[in-house]
Amino acid sequence: MSWISKTFTSSIGRKIIMSLSGLFLCTFLVVHLIGNLQLFKHDGGAAFNTYSHFMGTNPIIRTIEWGLVLGFGFHIYEALMLTRRNKAARGSQGYVSNHSEQNSEWTSRNMGILGTIILIFLIVHLYNFFWRARFAGDIPKMGGADPLTRDYDNLYMAVVDSFHIWWYVLLYVAAQISLGYHLWHGFRSGFQTLGLNHRKYTPAIKYIGYAFAVLVSAGFASMPLYFFLFTNAQGELAANASAVLQSVAAAF
Amino acid sequence: MAGSNPNAKPMNLTLKVWRQPNRQAQGKIVDYQVKDISPDMSFLEMLDVLNEDLLRGGQDPVAFDHDCREGICGSCDLFINGRSHGPEKGTTTCQLHMRKFSDGDTITIEPWRASSFPVNKDLSVDRSAFDRIIQAGGYVSVNTGGAPDGNEIPIPKEISDRAFEAATCIGCGACVAACKNASAMLFVSAKVSQLALLPQGQVERKTRVENMVAQMDKEGFGACTNIGSCAAECPVGISLENIAILNREFLAAKASSNNLA
Ligand code: HEM
Ligand code: SF4
Ligand code: FES
Repeated sequence: MSWISKTFTSSIGRKIIMSLSGLFLCTFLVVHLIGNLQLFKHDGGAAFNTYSHFMGTNPIIRTIEWGLVLGFGFHIYEALMLTRRNKAARGSQGYVSNHSEQNSEWTSRNMGILGTIILIFLIVHLYNFFWRARFAGDIPKMGGADPLTRDYDNLYMAVVDSFHIWWYVLLYVAAQISLGYHLWHGFRSGFQTLGLNHRKYTPAIKYIGYAFAVLVSAGFASMPLYFFLFTNAQGELAANASAVLQSVAAAF
Repeated sequence: MAGSNPNAKPMNLTLKVWRQPNRQAQGKIVDYQVKDISPDMSFLEMLDVLNEDLLRGGQDPVAFDHDCREGICGSCDLFINGRSHGPEKGTTTCQLHMRKFSDGDTITIEPWRASSFPVNKDLSVDRSAFDRIIQAGGYVSVNTGGAPDGNEIPIPKEISDRAFEAATCIGCGACVAACKNASAMLFVSAKVSQLALLPQGQVERKTRVENMVAQMDKEGFGACTNIGSCAAECPVGISLENIAILNREFLAAKASSNNLA
């Protein structure tokens, strides 16, 4: 084995790949979230569909997309390899009494489970939007008078439709909660793995990580909840939206 | 609560102790009663009382590791009530006092668990994997000849303090025992950063971290996921910062050493 493959199959080497891919995925989340905020524009999906068309066809974006595939690929592969290694290291005879909750956070001990929930969501999510748009081609076109946008996929309506299916909304929200917990630990952990631990910066990284985890997961979760609760089948504000809002507010 | 209380009453306790005749045998938890335990006893002295009772009754005493009984050798590797060295922060088992428990308590006592730490007998654990990691690089080579002058090599106070902090690791293995991944990285990082900080450690700096990490992996310890149980359970407070230093040292050594293998 060459020194390079030895480095990256060692325990620390694998952790470095885990961390670099995880932090790279964090930058992807930011772009994805900001782009998706256009769902809230209430323009019948014009902005969102134009953006989606750009993301799906621009050659630069299509190239970066491969980086994303690799990022997920490496992250999931290394998660598997490390989890296997760590399970073997722990051994088959467990403790009769183990109070790990007294010495560590729940999220940090359950990254694999949280990641698996994210993975299940990811597969459903990719099939529902990415696969149908890119490969199946069964998403209706926007139509309308504008010759520029007429032939764009109406992904906006695909989103609105999905976000009126209760189990899809539930899966989406559960996945975002998992993502939030994953990042609660993962963001800070990624820096530590890279050796970036310094008494000046580590406390800041910790709180930025917490804020990042909450903002990103709440941001993504707000979309299905908004469309499910407050809009009609066309994605327009439902007639009873303010009444629903009041009863939601009253529930708290 | 804390501190010795001359009026404290002796305690009666139920112990749930892991008994295992040898390495290959199946072990199990066995219940024992101990009576009239003074709150001023250490945990190991309480086990001495149990063993005297067992011997008097013609039974096999419980094997457990201990040596200095003053918190410096790292031998007393007991997992007590679900925690390395028991629930008290910053102590070894020999420094844990019975006044931290109450009359009538049930206490579960298990050996360290990890594939790389096989159980010899009962609560006694083979931690020679740690010795082999140290042999792989946790030392500095010293030339023979006249003793060098103590102050010949200038070391800034801040650096020497940090090196000494890392050097306080007693090799007890509480970090491995508590870790969900049975990772030895806190132990390895303490030695690597101690020696990387000091001028004496520079000669072997790169080979040290390469060889120690290779040996750590070969012994089958897990990979750190920054859970932090290790640092929380470490009796001498080795911090997670050392693991970050270990990762930096490892990457730098791999990128720049002349070792192609
Ligand atoms: C958008 C999706 C994801 C993001 C942004 C993300 C981010 C991260 C980050 C930043 C870390 C910390 C890396 C480190 O400590 O070195 C991490 C760790 C981890 N991730 Fe993910 N992850 C994602 C998806 C997944 C998936 C799908 C899985 C599992 C199939 C997974 C499993 C794990 C595991 C097991 C760890 C190791 C725990 C640790 O080292 O702290 N992640 N992730
Ligand atoms: S790092 Fe702490 S817990 Fe681990 S072996 Fe050293 S002293 Fe024991
Ligand atoms: S017996 Fe030496 S540290 Fe406990």
